[in-house]
Amino acid sequence: MKASKLTLLALSVSLAMILSFIESQIPTFVPIPGVKVGLANIAVVFALYKMDWKNAAIVSLVRVLLIGILFGNAVSLAYSAAGAVLSLIFMIVLKKTDLFSHIAVSVVGGVVHNLGQIGMACILMGTDILRYYAPFLVLSGTIAGIVIGIIAAILVKRINIKA
Amino acid sequence: MTKFQRDIILICAFLLVAAALFLIFFLGAEEGAGVVVKVNGVEIARYSLTQEGEYELNGGTNTLVIKDGKAWISHADCPDHLCVKQGKIRSNGQSIACRPNFLTVTVYGKDDSDVDLIS
Repeated sequence: MKASKLTLLALSVSLAMILSFIESQIPTFVPIPGVKVGLANIAVVFALYKMDWKNAAIVSLVRVLLIGILFGNAVSLAYSAAGAVLSLIFMIVLKKTDLFSHIAVSVVGGVVHNLGQIGMACILMGTDILRYYAPFLVLSGTIAGIVIGIIAAILVKRINIKA
Repeated sequence: MTKFQRDIILICAFLLVAAALFLIFFLGAEEGAGVVVKVNGVEIARYSLTQEGEYELNGGTNTLVIKDGKAWISHADCPDHLCVKQGKIRSNGQSIACRPNFLTVTVYGKDDSDVDLIS
């Protein structure tokens, strides 16, 4: 692996971790489990466009694992892993189709991440509350995804490390 | 069609889906008959919405209040208190979830007191 590529990957992973930490410090402003901005997705979308899907997967999965070990527990790790893996798969496939820009990719990633987390919560808690939270999660994931997609697009344009 | 235009279409589609889900769940909601409390998916208690009072749930981790045909969590021992902030529920299918304690409170309807069969 070339030094520049390694640097870019390391930069993305640390960006993802810092953004996760910042997000954990923002007080919850909507009383619905699973609703959040998903700042860390900026780093994943950035890696997906600046490098390739393999590096984006590394950024996302390493972040989930490290944040889970540092600040979470087994349960929170299961929630975020479910969200992150589902969201990664959808974003990678959507980017492959080459029909949409960063924004739609990020929107789909955000919505699927939210639904994946709550889906995992339903499995672990043995209920079907997903039904009831779904509209809030689709709406918040869409709005957050637009913002995240725009920020990621700016970063891809401005950071000129060749990988 | 440019990528940007396709983005807009996709975003509108998501917003429409969200709006449709809101309509289905909230306009179509019927008055509930009572609430069922579950921990880890296992039912631990069931109260009618006419049984007014305060109930300690799950060995005191959460306190459920029922008053004026509505149910809410007034106290929780978890750090985020999301279940308290989720407010009052009264319609069939509405839920309050406390993820740290694996506890859920769900309203069941007048005709389907057998919610267990579905979930």
